Amino acid sequence: MSNKCCCNERSHYFDKFDEIMAKYEGKEADLIPILQNIQEAYGYLPQDILDELCNRTGLHPSQVMGVATFYSQFRLKPTGENLIKLCFGTACHVNGAEKVAEALADELKIEVGGTTEDGRFTLETVACLGCCSLAPVMMIGDETYGRLTPDKARKIIRGFYENRGE
Amino acid sequence: MRIGVSNMGKGEYKIIVGLGSCGIAAGGNKVYEAFKEVVGKSDVPVTLDETGCMGMCYKEVLVEVIDPDGKSMIYGEVTPEKANKIFESHVIEGKPVVEWIVKADDMQTSEDSFFNKQMRIVLRRCGAINPESIDEAIAMDAYKAIEKAIKTMTPEQVIEEVLNSGLRGRGGAGFPTGMKWKFARASEGTKKYIVCNADEGDPGAFMDRSVLEGDPHAVIEGMMIAGYAIGADEGYIYARAEYPLAIKRLKIAIKAAEERGLLGKNILGTDFNFKIKIKEGAGAFVCGEETALLASIEGKRGMPRMRPPFPAVKGLFDKPTNINNVETYANVPYIILNGASEFAKYGTEKSKGTKVFALAGKIAKGGLVEVPMGIPLKEIIYDIGGGTSSGKKFKAVQMGGPSGGCIPADLIDTIIDYDSVNQTGAIMGSGGMVVMDEDNCMVDIARFFLTFTQKESCGKCTFCRIGTKRMLEILERITKGEGKEGDIELLEELCENIKKNSLCGLGQTAPNPVLTTLKYFRHEYEAHIRDKKCPAKQCKALIEYKVVEDKCKGCTACSRVCPVKAISGEVKKPHKIDSSICTKCGACMATCKFDAIIVE
Repeated sequence: MSNKCCCNERSHYFDKFDEIMAKYEGKEADLIPILQNIQEAYGYLPQDILDELCNRTGLHPSQVMGVATFYSQFRLKPTGENLIKLCFGTACHVNGAEKVAEALADELKIEVGGTTEDGRFTLETVACLGCCSLAPVMMIGDETYGRLTPDKARKIIRGFYENRGE
Repeated sequence: MRIGVSNMGKGEYKIIVGLGSCGIAAGGNKVYEAFKEVVGKSDVPVTLDETGCMGMCYKEVLVEVIDPDGKSMIYGEVTPEKANKIFESHVIEGKPVVEWIVKADDMQTSEDSFFNKQMRIVLRRCGAINPESIDEAIAMDAYKAIEKAIKTMTPEQVIEEVLNSGLRGRGGAGFPTGMKWKFARASEGTKKYIVCNADEGDPGAFMDRSVLEGDPHAVIEGMMIAGYAIGADEGYIYARAEYPLAIKRLKIAIKAAEERGLLGKNILGTDFNFKIKIKEGAGAFVCGEETALLASIEGKRGMPRMRPPFPAVKGLFDKPTNINNVETYANVPYIILNGASEFAKYGTEKSKGTKVFALAGKIAKGGLVEVPMGIPLKEIIYDIGGGTSSGKKFKAVQMGGPSGGCIPADLIDTIIDYDSVNQTGAIMGSGGMVVMDEDNCMVDIARFFLTFTQKESCGKCTFCRIGTKRMLEILERITKGEGKEGDIELLEELCENIKKNSLCGLGQTAPNPVLTTLKYFRHEYEAHIRDKKCPAKQCKALIEYKVVEDKCKGCTACSRVCPVKAISGEVKKPHKIDSSICTKCGACMATCKFDAIIVE
């Protein structure tokens, strides 16, 4: 409930959700696309939106939560400003992705899956980004960084922090 | 400047930038922009265009320049700076920049070996057309096969043709496609569905993505032909959400086909109707299994169910459904248009046609390759792939992803067909081929795949849910140097039981990476357990970084790069690594210019 601070904001807060619901009939088969749309609009699946989804569609909360927690794409918590998706596919693994993960975790002072205290980065690993010839690879936002080494990965993060100061 | 080959003027240069996912990841958009800028400033008429994957991922960004007389040259590793030079020299002055050319119509290059043994059926239009232009696809025969099928063939004849071609499912299991269609045709019911499995989840595999990004029309047409054959008027493409570009291009292709009357009602003036919808997956490897995939389209948790009834009898929304994967559908138009025998002339007795592989890992020339069935593994790895990228000894190739196995160097003469690959204990799979050299620890590889399958197990079957967890714990212990006598036997017992008692392919094949590494690299397991050594020197708990005093010049580079300050020593004197502090990150070894740091 932390996402709304007064009644006025509350109504706006649900605007995006209303727009999404207008596109679908709200049947069971629409559940995954609806959740995908919510995540795109809000960055994650906020609990109050999910509650509202159940109210409007009549889908049972256990069904909605069952789906939301089954698929790895969905998150129930907001991410940092920049989402790092470090590829842990086979090609990246054999080319040293684990060492890159350790370097990133150390540089950001977080565990894989965590968000930095300043909220700037969330570090996640993903199964395969599909650009195996550039292994090891990570994506920060929409930008892809390939042929990583632990050192190169640290420098990329430092680059983000330095740029903000400018 | 014109954009798009279909608007092309005669006697002009054409510049085509490869903008598949890996081209974009390597900086393709920046190269495209650089060309756009120089072309825009120049008076010379030039057509600028984009295309999908050309296959040579290791040379991305790729740019094709076609001369006014139609001669093609492909440049590799193009940067925005090189783009300017290519434009100046090749287009303005008419002098190609020979040293950057990787493939040309009338010139030999060092990269020709990458193409010489390939045969392109599925990828026939990938990298040759702009995937966002239906006109370019049509100019290269797209939608001719569906026209032939609905105007001149009965559904039974279509099925017969596919049966005769010997096409088997390219998703991995290799079930005869025509047979599947026959069952779905025979099922009673007026409403039937076609489903395309584009949930390519194997880590290290990107064949289907490249086909969808490079030639979405081939898949759409294949689905339409299947729809006509079984009597379905609606199709779903279930695509991985991680493939945004593939989904975007599919949507463009479907819309273009609808506008041309190629999808919708009364297609090409016949009474055949067909529409296609896209469903985006949400990240669950198990949804590659057909019944889980159907559950996911229906909005449920993607959990497999018992078969029978098979989807051909009771599938999507309980209606008869035919499911094939992307590559299977992409083969179909070629078979219908050119005839079964034209397709069946490639391959072996039981495996016909070609297979697309994503060649990755420690391979010199990684990329997307399509080879005739029956080619020896050796020719793919050495003649096409150029051997290992490290120059070190080739150790094994992993085929079939988490369901597959490792084929060791001794079996490199194995030919590529379903049965020969199965005999090694690996599987053909969807086509991921990850090469490993002597620096890769096979116990670690087994642990890697088990981490994956354990995480992706849907949890329905006890043996898969808990059995893979126990296996992973044992493998983790072994790689940490805490392996015990009896661990190998326990692993084998678990493998057998998980295979036998799991409902779906995920569980039944999850032990394969362990079984094949145990079969071919048992000594590595034993070395970890008994001698507490990792022969490949990869498992951190079993190795130590050391300075070779004779070689160390005392340059201090290692001590500066060490993130935990574990290295000490005076300038110009040999340094020392304190192994109690060392986290074994390897940064020192990567930095040392004198090979003075070794792993033991």
